[in-house]
Amino acid sequence: MRHVISILMENEAGALSRVAGLFSARGYNIESLTVAPTEDGSMSRMTIVTSGSEEIIEQITKQLNKLIDVIKLVDLSEDEHIEREMALVKVKAVGEAREEYKRLADIFNGRILDVTDTTYTIELTDSGDRIVEFIAAINADEIIETVRSGVSGIARGEKSLYP
Amino acid sequence: MELTGAEILVRSLKEEGVTHLFGYPGGAVLHIYDALYQQDDVKHILVRHEQAATHAADGYARSTGKPGVALVTSGPGATNAVTGIATAFMDSIPMVVITGQVPTDMIGNDAFQEVDSIGITRPCVKHNFLVKDVTDLAETIKKAFYIATTGRPGPVVIDVPKDVTADKAEFKYPDTVSIRSYNPVVTGHVGQIKRAVAMMLSAERPIFYTGGGVILGRGAPELTELAQMLGYPVTNTLMGLGAYPATDKQFVGMLGMHGTYEANMSMHHCDVLIAIGARFDDRVTGNIEKFCPFAKIIHVDIDPSSISKNVKVDVPIVGSVPNVLQEMIKLLKAGDKKPDAKALASWWKQIQEWRAVDCLKYDHDSGQVKPQQVIESLYKATHGDAFVTSDVGQHQMWAAQYYKFDKPYRWINSGGLGTMGFGLPAAMGVQLAHPDATVACVTGEGSIQMCIQELSTCLQYGLPIKIIALNNRYLGMVRQWQEFFYQRRYAMSYMDALPDFVKLAESYGHVGMRIDNPADVDGAMEEAMKLKDRLVFMDFVTDQEENVYPMIPNGAGLNEMILV
Repeated sequence: MRHVISILMENEAGALSRVAGLFSARGYNIESLTVAPTEDGSMSRMTIVTSGSEEIIEQITKQLNKLIDVIKLVDLSEDEHIEREMALVKVKAVGEAREEYKRLADIFNGRILDVTDTTYTIELTDSGDRIVEFIAAINADEIIETVRSGVSGIARGEKSLYP
Repeated sequence: MELTGAEILVRSLKEEGVTHLFGYPGGAVLHIYDALYQQDDVKHILVRHEQAATHAADGYARSTGKPGVALVTSGPGATNAVTGIATAFMDSIPMVVITGQVPTDMIGNDAFQEVDSIGITRPCVKHNFLVKDVTDLAETIKKAFYIATTGRPGPVVIDVPKDVTADKAEFKYPDTVSIRSYNPVVTGHVGQIKRAVAMMLSAERPIFYTGGGVILGRGAPELTELAQMLGYPVTNTLMGLGAYPATDKQFVGMLGMHGTYEANMSMHHCDVLIAIGARFDDRVTGNIEKFCPFAKIIHVDIDPSSISKNVKVDVPIVGSVPNVLQEMIKLLKAGDKKPDAKALASWWKQIQEWRAVDCLKYDHDSGQVKPQQVIESLYKATHGDAFVTSDVGQHQMWAAQYYKFDKPYRWINSGGLGTMGFGLPAAMGVQLAHPDATVACVTGEGSIQMCIQELSTCLQYGLPIKIIALNNRYLGMVRQWQEFFYQRRYAMSYMDALPDFVKLAESYGHVGMRIDNPADVDGAMEEAMKLKDRLVFMDFVTDQEENVYPMIPNGAGLNEMILV
């Protein structure tokens, strides 16, 4: 099962490698990982998408909690939450394709950030599924490259990870 | 007044009550050694290899319950220390290891004797710190000791670049420390404790399965009180020996791969398993699919991640062992329900039948020195009251089986990592912490050679350790597996070209003895113990192909032991 784990941690050098090292040392799977400082510069917020049986997820959360730098964590997928991911997709855009990709970007609420004679670079911010759908809608031969940010997640309602 | 980082470091250790510092100097820690030279509060013990510094600090910690402290230089000093750090990590031993580092402006430049000590030690420490500013040094040391000794204990590494030890700052050692991201749970959940007590009282075939956490958590008195209130059998893991008196009638011996028949059979047939400070290690459970098939399981542990990691439990309780057990004792005293006496009597009758198998019997008339005999002789000569360290292999199992530990902190061995070379340096730490006690290092001719250079350290500090070497000219446990599972193809398990250990001991200034006649064992042991102020290396030439029994082969359940 897919789980989204959100972690509030000390913004310390090496904190990221403690988390990444834990996953590799114990053979857990990371689908994506995003991290950046919060508005309080002493803390970072990390979102990890992982998968595994209930037992494995329980171990992952317990092992993460054991890391001294981890202040708090929650398995967002246990409750209502929002997930967003950003993708940058660079496509070949010549002739009829230019109009076609413009339309496609509009349908998916994407924005064209960079235009050249032969390319578009489209930004899309949405759920991971929608991004996958968008990329699937583009002819694979015409994709020059894609960059995905990985998932950021937050609980719905008043809940917060802040102590 | 401003002090240098080196002075701050040494003063901080003093503030933490550190009496012994095990270490080895080198370029990156010269300022620290200079500061050590100019004071008498912290005694530095010069080992002969950094691995031994960490094992000695570890032995000090295991025998006192206080954190052990080691100091090594950067680069190879740090990498040599890693085995000892990992050993302490696997057994949750409180330890603080200070590693020197190249100056901050050279970090990352592949400087002389530079390694990424933080990166290398990260997977085998509870936490580690790189101190980049002298003003952070005292607080970091305070945090390191706090983390190492609280919750589930473990080693903490502090990496200190050379320039930080030269820079100056005001010294004020913090009185308290608080880390917002680290708040170990101490008290157990009351509701869960009530459920556990009810389950314990409803048991017909109960057993206490207790591990190193009871010793580390200082919960041995509470365990003894609780077990004796209820009258239930107790088995200890390898790490838990001494947590319950081994000579008590309720003790059924060690469990696991080389546990007793009665302990393993009681585990297999129990209906309520009360696990305390034990972590369901694979050497204990055997085949996990076949583990305790009839049991409801209660598990008390300070570390939530130990609970339901290998075996799903019915009543998890996160908390410190003495705290939770005190609550249980209180509830039992307050309530009127008593254990089911009839069921318990028939359970004990069954256990006595298993005991009657006498799984630890061995041949007394072989004409050869039997390793089991040597341990029994050591037990007699030391009145069961010695500190016993061990290395890893057959001798370790025999020591665990035949030396009956009645007190905690007396049995000191590398259980989790299984580190050969641990025994002698660990014994140094024990002997320094307990100068008047008898300290025996049970070892083999293989293990002892992994840290034999420490005989020199023992001479320098006058450590009268008794080395009990069970010399069978084989890497015995490897050979035993090869005999059982590889059709006696003894690949590389023969120790050829052994030194003359008697002469070797003598060349280091110690006493050497060789014993090859079973009739001489007790006499030699008595004689060695009388040499109170000398290290004695006792080279017991033992039966070459003796095996450790009982044994649970890989993939088998606890009820599927190979008996002698």
